[in-house]
Amino acid sequence: MAHAEAAAHGGEHEETSTGLNHRKLLMWAFLGSDCMFFGSLIATYVVYFGRSKVGPFPEDVFSIPTTSVSTFVLLMSSMSMVLAYAALNRGSIKGFRIWIASTAIMGMTFLAFQVFEFTDFANHEVHLDCVEIRTNEAAIEELTDYEKTFVDECVEGVDEFEEQHGLTPRTNLFGTTFFTLTGFHGAHVTLGVIWLLSLLFFSFTRGGVTPARSLDVDLAALYWHFVDVVWIVIFTVVYLFGVFPGI
Amino acid sequence: MTTLAIPLPKRPAHPTGVLAWLTTIDHKKIGILYGVTAFVLFITGGLEALYMRFQLAQPGQDFVSPEVFNQLFTMHATTMIFLGVMPLGAAFFNFVIPLQIGARDVAFPRLNAFSYWTFLAGAILLKLSWFLGGAPNAGWFGYAPITGSDFNPGHGIDYWAVSLQVLGIASLAAAFNFIVTIVNMRAPGMSLMRMPLFTWMTLVTSFLLVLAFPVITVALIELMFDRFFGMNFFSIGAGANPLLWQHLFWIFGHPEVYILILPAMGIVSEIIPTFSRKPLFGYPVVVLSGVIIGFMGWMVWSHHMFTVGLGPVANSVFALTTMAIAVPTGVKIFNWIGTMWNGSIDLRTPMLFAIGFVFLFIIGGLSGVMHSSAASDAQQQDTYFIVAHIHYVLFGGSIMAIAAGAYYWFPKMTGRLMDERMGKLNFWLVFMGMNISFFPMHFLGLDGMPRRIHSYDSAMGWDLWNLVSSAGAVVLAAGILVTIINMVRSAKQGEKAGADPWDGRTLEWSIPSPPPEYNFEQIPTVHGKDAFWMQKRQRVSTVPVAGASGDSHDIHLPQPSYWPLIASIGLLIGAYGLVYSATWTGIIVGAVGLATTVVSVYAWSFEPVNEPVEGAAGH
Repeated sequence: MAHAEAAAHGGEHEETSTGLNHRKLLMWAFLGSDCMFFGSLIATYVVYFGRSKVGPFPEDVFSIPTTSVSTFVLLMSSMSMVLAYAALNRGSIKGFRIWIASTAIMGMTFLAFQVFEFTDFANHEVHLDCVEIRTNEAAIEELTDYEKTFVDECVEGVDEFEEQHGLTPRTNLFGTTFFTLTGFHGAHVTLGVIWLLSLLFFSFTRGGVTPARSLDVDLAALYWHFVDVVWIVIFTVVYLFGVFPGI
Repeated sequence: MTTLAIPLPKRPAHPTGVLAWLTTIDHKKIGILYGVTAFVLFITGGLEALYMRFQLAQPGQDFVSPEVFNQLFTMHATTMIFLGVMPLGAAFFNFVIPLQIGARDVAFPRLNAFSYWTFLAGAILLKLSWFLGGAPNAGWFGYAPITGSDFNPGHGIDYWAVSLQVLGIASLAAAFNFIVTIVNMRAPGMSLMRMPLFTWMTLVTSFLLVLAFPVITVALIELMFDRFFGMNFFSIGAGANPLLWQHLFWIFGHPEVYILILPAMGIVSEIIPTFSRKPLFGYPVVVLSGVIIGFMGWMVWSHHMFTVGLGPVANSVFALTTMAIAVPTGVKIFNWIGTMWNGSIDLRTPMLFAIGFVFLFIIGGLSGVMHSSAASDAQQQDTYFIVAHIHYVLFGGSIMAIAAGAYYWFPKMTGRLMDERMGKLNFWLVFMGMNISFFPMHFLGLDGMPRRIHSYDSAMGWDLWNLVSSAGAVVLAAGILVTIINMVRSAKQGEKAGADPWDGRTLEWSIPSPPPEYNFEQIPTVHGKDAFWMQKRQRVSTVPVAGASGDSHDIHLPQPSYWPLIASIGLLIGAYGLVYSATWTGIIVGAVGLATTVVSVYAWSFEPVNEPVEGAAGH
């Protein structure tokens, strides 16, 4: 029975040809596959970069400070994931609960930022200070390419021009590729949060999460770190290159 | 501490009859399910082809309408590739791999059952399209934007895209499983370079699947988002580039070609040495060639796009890589010939099919090298010459090898040999039929007949070869009919095979036919290539491994499970809802399906490997 028990609980003690656990190998194979998944989505984004016929464009909507904060939160969640795993291996179930909960909370914070960002983009408003534009030649140079197309709206008597031009998945190629790519990343994070919360929940059941079964947490951690790494690529390629095309 | 108490139905301990098949997680039963299902679907794909050949037998016919003809060629190709050749290969992966590596099952038996049921769900969904408003009609590679809702408003493409996604899940799950199984579950002593060739090629194929399928998944997601939510991935008006689909599709599509042919090469590499009474000539070179093919399969995709105007540099590079990939293939062919050379060849049916494979695959390979020249390909693109080529490599290649494998492993699966006289008749009918049907397509193609045309004018001068080709299709169909009769009859009243009817070389022949549920009473120890052959010839004893007591009552196998089946049913319902996701009914149905799958996956995760059986406690 002892053998069956071990197999039921993830089989840490299974004899394998490589010494690597079956489920861990499976997770690595899955992550390899997922690399191709995100690779294809990122490639689509890149080949369509700059090909949108109408705005808004990346520099109109992105707020690098805001997204930097959410990026920081997500990266920190990787650290607390490591601490959760370490706490469990130490035998501190309490420490595990604290760190796994904070990882999940940071994941949810990231998702909240994403929801905020998506709504913000969808309600994007073009805002021009027509007085400034009329009086200061250099002010036009400060505008984004998209905003410049609205300069003609600053006719005599208009001091301020404001119009909603939201970015949705249907607006242009940028919207289509941006929301699909970041949306699938968000879906991965969501799945990860559900996984983390499940682990937290089962740590309250008898034998649910134990140091002997730390592989369950190890696998979730692998997945979580992978999703983080993908975000680093997305943040660089989509956000930073989108706003600073020079680098 | 609270104890989680979710009331779950117990695992079926000893199901019988239909329930045993529905809940099985035994790789051998799943292999047979794969084989039978895929063979039935292969026949439906064949019937779709026959309709087309009847329509094209004479010029100017109207046997089927142009609209139906478009659906026929799309469904024929999609069926043959995704529901025929791939799952027939999977049938052999399932049945043979654990036996060849000396394992009691695959690494994840329930995931394996899930793969099969999900494959069935995808197949049902795709075939349903015929009855629910029309099948997909844009060709098997479904070039966007012709698949967009502007040009293709019906639900056919939706069914196509969604069912391919479901089939993708099935293939991915199976590929993960086989990677882990082959890497991790080999019998002691079976190092990588002692693995049977079929196991090797399955490993390479699994890696190709794992890396290639996400790409088509993304392409299909983009197509679905365009169709369902009005996004712009393929809207030319918004600045989209139609080549995006072509690149994504063929980055998947070319490795897919090797996903179809590498298992076939593996099967042939098992059969030719067995029936030549010689070890495989140049084993390491054959393995390496297979790995190189798998690797280089990623560098040739744009040869499908020579005529779209990628420019001379891109065309030259892809022409060169395409020519180069013929080299490892050629190496393999020389190795098979080298194996037969001076062997004492036994021309039983499996060997006939294997030799047929080598012969026909050379023809298909040569016409493939002709396409590799971009200039020459400009003449051949979208003509029947391409149709001839693909049928020589996929029918002459994959299907001939699968038939060889079916005759070869049928006795292991059923315990009975297939009838040899009918087998020979079967081979010659299929071989003749396939050549009569597909060889004239070379002439038609060079004469300019475009593929996918519904009809043609007599003045084009294509009458004769079209008629010959259609006649060949009938001969081929007769050959397949003989296969069916032979299989059904032999399964019931074939000659008893015994454990080792072919004097085999690999471990699957060391155990009874059909194998017991636990496969190996004692896990064998492997001392070299051709493990079983060594055992028989050199009398190397099989040293039992620690833990295997030799008493079959002590072997613990995981019990059957309901959850893989229910998870797949959930996927089928969810995918059906997704097709109609523009309506509220569709969304509700989709959500119900998704919820079913999620619940099943949770139940599955917390299901013990074995339900404690009363009175059997205390091991």
